[in-house]
Amino acid sequence: MRNNIWLYLAVMAGVTWLIRTLPLTLLRKPIKSRFIRSFLTYVPYVTLAVMTVPDIMLATDSVWAGALALIAGAALAWTGGSLLTVAAAASAVALIAGFIFK
Amino acid sequence: MRAQDSEAFKLGLRHGIPIMLGYLAVSFALGISARNAGLSVIQAGVASLTNMASAGEYAGFQVIRQDSGLIEMALMTLIANARYLLMSCALSQKLAPDLRTPHRLLLGMTVTDEMFALSVAAPGMLNPWYPYGMFAVSATGWTVGTMLGVVVGNALPARLVSALSVSLFGMFLAAIVPKARENRFIRGLILVSMALSGICYLLPGIGSLSSGMRVILLTVLISGAAAVIRPVDGEAGDAQ
Repeated sequence: MRNNIWLYLAVMAGVTWLIRTLPLTLLRKPIKSRFIRSFLTYVPYVTLAVMTVPDIMLATDSVWAGALALIAGAALAWTGGSLLTVAAAASAVALIAGFIFK
Repeated sequence: MRAQDSEAFKLGLRHGIPIMLGYLAVSFALGISARNAGLSVIQAGVASLTNMASAGEYAGFQVIRQDSGLIEMALMTLIANARYLLMSCALSQKLAPDLRTPHRLLLGMTVTDEMFALSVAAPGMLNPWYPYGMFAVSATGWTVGTMLGVVVGNALPARLVSALSVSLFGMFLAAIVPKARENRFIRGLILVSMALSGICYLLPGIGSLSSGMRVILLTVLISGAAAVIRPVDGEAGDAQ
């Protein structure tokens, strides 16, 4: 049976809000554990990387179109492209490559 | 509201405008992934207003799409938004010790990458009305953009919609690649993460895990290993 979407949204909103609010209300102090601080520092890079691959390759009809978009986006971001430039370029490459690799 | 509060609120409204413009574009791509997960326009709008988090919302929409269960939703949201825990810890140092609890509960809503950066850089103790002002403007852009993504995604041809959905990954890349350029350890970390994620997807057995569970497991394992190999010295979130 499919879970109700509103139930999913409630869990999502609740957890997000708790993460942001607990340090402001109960903790109120910097995190002492060096391991936890290091862990939390690395988490965003790892999550975003594992969410990008393989998903970007599965988002279009062809795996190659997604792979090219990944390379183009990474190259542009490397050379200092802004968030919007990188996003638009990845989209454009995926679109054009989608016509080539049917 | 005291006079200085209304001043802070107005300044927040002004500073929220450029944030809102950026959010409009990012949230549009998010709207497309909400639509792919089967969310209605209203549901997508509510999700964006109550989360204000690009990676977190994308991850959540994947869980809904695969109907992977509420526990996985909670874990996935926790992982994808874990960085806000660090930001809020840093922000808690900017609050007057006698700031009342209702303000602290509301302030949590305003901790996004962009608003946090401005709040934490504001001179002196943070007046909560400053982030409230930024939130009023930028949350509008974020929510409207997401809803537009659902509407327009329904109207455009499938090929164009899938190309537009790729822009979200472009934004993820724009968030992590600059740091990868200046920091060799993070560069390696990102490459290893991408490679392991691709391999786990292809392997029989592990590959049958839902995408949410794969992201959760890989993030905890790889970040944990990285924290052991290269502990960070700085106060909050600054890898060197």
